[in-house]
Amino acid sequence: MAAKSKDSKAAVTKAPARVDSTRALAALQRAMWGLVSQPLTAANRMKPRTRDGRSTAAAAAEIAKPNDRLTSFERLEIYNRMYWFRVLDSLYEDCPGLRAVLGDAKFMRMAEAYLQKYPSRSFTLRNLPSRLEKFLREEPKWTRPHTALCLDLVRFEWAQVEVYDGGAKPLFRVEDLAGINPAKVRLALQPYLQLLQLDYPVDDFLIAIKKREALLRGDASNAPTRVRTSKASKVPLPRREKCAVAVHRMDGRIYFKRLEPAACKVLLAIRAGKPLAQALAAGLPRAKSKQLEWAGKVQSWFCTWMQLGWFCRRE
Amino acid sequence: MPANPYNGFTDYGIGLGLRVPHYDHILSEKPTVDWFEIISETFMVDGGRPLEVLDRILAQYRVVQHGVSLYFGSADDPDRAHLKKLKALTKRTKTPWLSDHLCWGSVDGTYSHDLLPMPYTFAAAKRTAEKIRMVRDYLELPIAVENVSSYTEFHVSEMTEWEFLAEVVELADCGILLDVNNIYVSSKNHGFDPYDYVNNVPHHRVAQMHIAGHTKFEKYILDTHDHPVLDPVWKLYAHAIKLCGVTATLLEWDDKIPSFQEVHDEALKANQFITEAREAKIPAPKKTSRVRVR
Repeated sequence: MAAKSKDSKAAVTKAPARVDSTRALAALQRAMWGLVSQPLTAANRMKPRTRDGRSTAAAAAEIAKPNDRLTSFERLEIYNRMYWFRVLDSLYEDCPGLRAVLGDAKFMRMAEAYLQKYPSRSFTLRNLPSRLEKFLREEPKWTRPHTALCLDLVRFEWAQVEVYDGGAKPLFRVEDLAGINPAKVRLALQPYLQLLQLDYPVDDFLIAIKKREALLRGDASNAPTRVRTSKASKVPLPRREKCAVAVHRMDGRIYFKRLEPAACKVLLAIRAGKPLAQALAAGLPRAKSKQLEWAGKVQSWFCTWMQLGWFCRRE
Repeated sequence: MPANPYNGFTDYGIGLGLRVPHYDHILSEKPTVDWFEIISETFMVDGGRPLEVLDRILAQYRVVQHGVSLYFGSADDPDRAHLKKLKALTKRTKTPWLSDHLCWGSVDGTYSHDLLPMPYTFAAAKRTAEKIRMVRDYLELPIAVENVSSYTEFHVSEMTEWEFLAEVVELADCGILLDVNNIYVSSKNHGFDPYDYVNNVPHHRVAQMHIAGHTKFEKYILDTHDHPVLDPVWKLYAHAIKLCGVTATLLEWDDKIPSFQEVHDEALKANQFITEAREAKIPAPKKTSRVRVR
């Protein structure tokens, strides 16, 4: 297994003069990575100084050969630019809601800071935003004065990633109840289903953002038919309003479904492995008279959840 | 040929990269395509649309897995969790061989998501070959390594790129995914003759070829995969199949992706060169033994 790096903002180490061992190979790769992973200048060029104040040109000259057209600095700069363009583009695509709140320029500054503190530890770019919520909790300066809204958005946008390609288990069927003591029934939820208790109605906000972006794009084509402009009206930021949302999928598409707070509590209790009776108790009022009132509602919840395939067989 | 141990003794023709904008067309129109190459990482997931699409493709087509994150050339050890996921996918696809790049891209567990060039040294070749063997033994599949396009060279290099490629594949006893476009791009960036490269790789180890388009800038060429294949690359491809035999060939088109038909038509241009090579009745390439450059 790969060792964990001690410092994500690794200092630019000196390149070895020879690569005659695996250790020297690792040293060369660390030295090059130190340069390639340094943030770019505002003009998208490689920085003239390394993190520890050395001349980047001198550090690059120790690693890369110049040729008749490019200096060592310029040759490594190609990789430096490609690295940042790739990871920033990926995060940009994954976070349309957060971008809409922060604005593109502030979002890019935040994204760069995030990727310096938490560079990718996964083989796939899919997981790039996985620690963004943690980062924003640690460094709320990037999201002020909309930190609570941004945290909801980050959780919501990450939930969509998880829903898109999360695992599914065999569907639960009513026949699976046969022979089970009703008092001890435990249900299980599909692993991909995401349940979120939010302070802001970010589901509606995100739908509005996506509609606006689709309008700006014109269609789903790769080739823009015109230069992107911001003429379409800006989507107003949502007001604080507690809500519960299930992010789920059907036929390969992602859907958001609002849940009544009580329904969300029941589902969260089921997810926590509580027996059905306890799960219901977690969400429903205790008074017997109220319970009767709620019976029809609970029945319709379960009917819908079964139809949406949210229950799976327990292992 | 090119059925050989490195492509699982298959004899595949012209394939296409399976890309998201073409999913609906392929699933609804079911075009005749000899095989699809998938990017393994796209499908190394637990469920959802990627696997649903893959299963429908697998029901109709032959699929070969191509990866972008094994990083055989990174000094780090292979990641066991990654390999476990990859192996599960190979069981699903029944890929006859698996390819990834002769490059590095991770350092101490941090990923660059890029295909970074190797220093061409004996120690680097030894370490790389050791990792290829580890992966092959774990996956129980033939492995083919792809030459990458590059934009820099290292002071520490002790040999040419094609000598390094030969050294690695001989030490690892694995196949080559010969990317003709990458050879062309690197030849322009580093000032070597691309024909020297093609002439000097162990031809009997070529399991598959890649062709693609690239973009010329003022001082270098970038491997962008967003254009049709350019004439010099077609010529180099024609030369390569004369030496290696008719080999499973795949067109890569990953950006500014046009319609499925346009991509397929571009790939099928390879038929012209394949026909010429077949008519010429070129004998299968002989096994070459490694000549150490040291």
